[in-house]
Amino acid sequence: MTFGITAFGAYVPRLRLSRQAIATAHRWMTGGAPRGKGYRAFCNWDEDSVTMAVEAARDALGTADRHKAVSSLTLASTTLPYADFSNAGLVAAALDLAPSIRVDDRTGSQRAATTALIDAFTREQDGAMIVAADRPRTQPASPLERVCGAGAASVVFGRDDVIARLLGAASVNATFADHFRPSDQPYDYAWEERWVRDEGLGTIVPRAVTAALASAGLTIGDIRYFVMPSTIRGAAASVARTLGFKGDIADPLDEDCGHAGTAHALLMLGAVLEVASAGDRILLAGFGQGADALVLEASGRTPAMAGARGVSAVLADRLATDDYLRMLSFHGEIRLDWGMRGEKNDKPALTEAYRASHQLAAFKAGRCPACGAVQFPQLAYCVTPGCGTPAQDFGQMSLADVPADLMTFTADWLSYHPAPPLHVGFVQFNNGARLMMEIADVPVGALEVGMPLRMVCRIKQTDTARGFRRYFWKATPVALPA
Amino acid sequence: MATGIKDKVAIIGMGCSQFGERWDVGTDGLLAEAFDEALADAGIEKDRIEAAWFGSCIDQVNVGNSAIPASMALRLDGIPVSRVENMCATGTEALRGAAYAVASGAVDIALAVGAEKLKDTGYGGLPPPYKGTFNDLWLPMGSAPAGFAQLAAGYRARHGISKEDLKRGIAHVSWKSHQNGVLSPKAHLRKAVTMEAILQAPMIAEPLGLFDCCGVSDGAAAAIVTTPEIARALGRRDMVTIKAIQLAISSGVETATSGWDGSHVRNTRVAARRAYEEAGITDPRRQIGLMEVHDCFSITELVTMEDLFISEDGRAVHDVLDGFYDREGGGVPCQVDGGLKCFGHPIGASGLRMAYENYNQLLGRAGPRQLSAPVFGLSHNLGGVPYQGIAAISILGLHA
Repeated sequence: MTFGITAFGAYVPRLRLSRQAIATAHRWMTGGAPRGKGYRAFCNWDEDSVTMAVEAARDALGTADRHKAVSSLTLASTTLPYADFSNAGLVAAALDLAPSIRVDDRTGSQRAATTALIDAFTREQDGAMIVAADRPRTQPASPLERVCGAGAASVVFGRDDVIARLLGAASVNATFADHFRPSDQPYDYAWEERWVRDEGLGTIVPRAVTAALASAGLTIGDIRYFVMPSTIRGAAASVARTLGFKGDIADPLDEDCGHAGTAHALLMLGAVLEVASAGDRILLAGFGQGADALVLEASGRTPAMAGARGVSAVLADRLATDDYLRMLSFHGEIRLDWGMRGEKNDKPALTEAYRASHQLAAFKAGRCPACGAVQFPQLAYCVTPGCGTPAQDFGQMSLADVPADLMTFTADWLSYHPAPPLHVGFVQFNNGARLMMEIADVPVGALEVGMPLRMVCRIKQTDTARGFRRYFWKATPVALPA
Repeated sequence: MATGIKDKVAIIGMGCSQFGERWDVGTDGLLAEAFDEALADAGIEKDRIEAAWFGSCIDQVNVGNSAIPASMALRLDGIPVSRVENMCATGTEALRGAAYAVASGAVDIALAVGAEKLKDTGYGGLPPPYKGTFNDLWLPMGSAPAGFAQLAAGYRARHGISKEDLKRGIAHVSWKSHQNGVLSPKAHLRKAVTMEAILQAPMIAEPLGLFDCCGVSDGAAAAIVTTPEIARALGRRDMVTIKAIQLAISSGVETATSGWDGSHVRNTRVAARRAYEEAGITDPRRQIGLMEVHDCFSITELVTMEDLFISEDGRAVHDVLDGFYDREGGGVPCQVDGGLKCFGHPIGASGLRMAYENYNQLLGRAGPRQLSAPVFGLSHNLGGVPYQGIAAISILGLHA
């Protein structure tokens, strides 16, 4: 049987900032008319590369029991929250993957995801999962601030219902410094675009492509789609000309996302897989201190057929804003005065966090075998009056994919919250479980009792004094009001 | 069933500090203010007090843990003093401790005293409470108004009430308290407020605006309790006795199962049934002469009118708008002294401050806000949040 990609998932934060708003904010220093088209995605205060990775992976896994087949998880990113603490492990825990799987953080270059793809294709390991998630931190007023975005994509490998298979691949290593970011610095330092386009992308990518085509026994004329992410406008077209490519150059997802770092190659690939027909060949390039090139063949099966929302749907699920300062605040670029309420000590008990990790990470509720009540949190005894069955007898079930709706709500302007107002309410799950939750990504005035909700994995709180970041689940409207 | 404490405990002295922004004193000064008045009222020497219960809630802005600081503040030398904390029910909890000690025969005379110094936070509103190592990991860190504001969504959904009608109803609740607070010299806020100002105020937690929230104040209150026999021996003729004190606390049913609909406070109903039974009250709408209820937020007072079985379910908003709970509305006057709305809510003191109003009204000492001959006065506290909290009810009455 053919080995290949059997599932694909995508995630782009709902928040999108108008590039016009960014340009307008800097007009006093740049002069001229503020220019800028489209929107860039940016993370809400409670999103990072781990939470985006979880959402993209959930999109690929769907609500079936597909996660049980995952045998390894590789997380590719250059913006992982922890330098020494397994980020992939956090993602695997949120996905409720088996404790026996191998988890692995891949970082150090924006082509980490394409390198991981080549590895996975080569190893032919059923159930291998790769998730790429990135949110390049961009210095205010830098060109990258407008060009970059945030997002995540994931793929699962196997032999049933393959979406795309590998025909050939090659890599080139080159210590070419188009951009770099020292470990202790927040922003990329970028060299001149023309040099990067001509001497970097224009020279190094074709070397990898030529080798990949050779290994596939194909020529450039056999390729239908060319997927090459770049922060440089027109670079893909320029490389395509060098290659003599006559097919379709993949959409750079500039209109509603922006360059999502390590994740961008997979996101662009996902958009192509949504439209590719059976037998279409796709040339996928990843660039960063060298290049990867993969020649893939589409089966005609799309990510949507495998149950994913996919790239086009996550891009359409958007909350547009002109609040430039909001993005700066979420990115930590400006320090707003949050008042004394913000002066909290958020030191968590790591012991308790570990004891409760099955409840917190995978959102496990307990089901009482005697009365059937599904309950979160799971305390020592069943919550139903008169039942009191001990918790060790409970069955465990995740609430992450259980349909729910809103029972009560408020918009709280008084609490300290990094994105006021804090929306909270009781969430009623259709299996009887209920708990009060934070409601994420909601415009003011949008909530109504009875509104359908879905669960998302988010940052619950950051212990700013010690840097520990902990995650929990929040609810969000399934559909934002038009 | 146990016989309860009805008429086993008499209140012989009560005191209440001036509430407000008490930049002039610390917690010890507030405690002394309330205690001195209670002692003078009781007409006894301090050394007759054999045990004391001290209520305080928020450590960051109070005297600290244990009863030692309170014992030192009041120089209660060598007697047993306990610190109690049960969130907003703390004041009533202190009274319960003292009353139960007397009712049991363990001591003859006991003191309940409670205080809170909220203005030492440096901002309006309560400091976020620590919820425990586990709950802090998952519970949303919403403010107190956010916890109570959700009652509005649940109440509207249950009874099919429009946003506008409910907003008018809760605005009337606050308007009424401000009207009453004008006549209350110890209240923090003593200015009448117009309905328009209430309706137009900035939003705190939807749909609660600024005037839907009680003040943040400093204050203390105290009660000295003994047996009716000792009270009589001390020369008491008009005597207020405790008819009932009941608490009901959440087990998590509301928050973790689908039985509760978000429109009411389940534990207030449980505590009210028990308190009425203990006090021998069969028709609260007719028998209760006045109420001091936990109007931390206007929506809380509104649903409490149903939870105490004074208004029928879904009718509180209409009773409120009809003036049934106004001081001169012909119904059951509620928050005659201005309530938490005007006194503010120094947490450890509030339950005792409410009992203080009922005590004075029953004895006919309430000055310009005196009601005509009430027989039973009810006070109600709600600790925590509507869905996971502590309901405390005390009923005082004239001793036959």
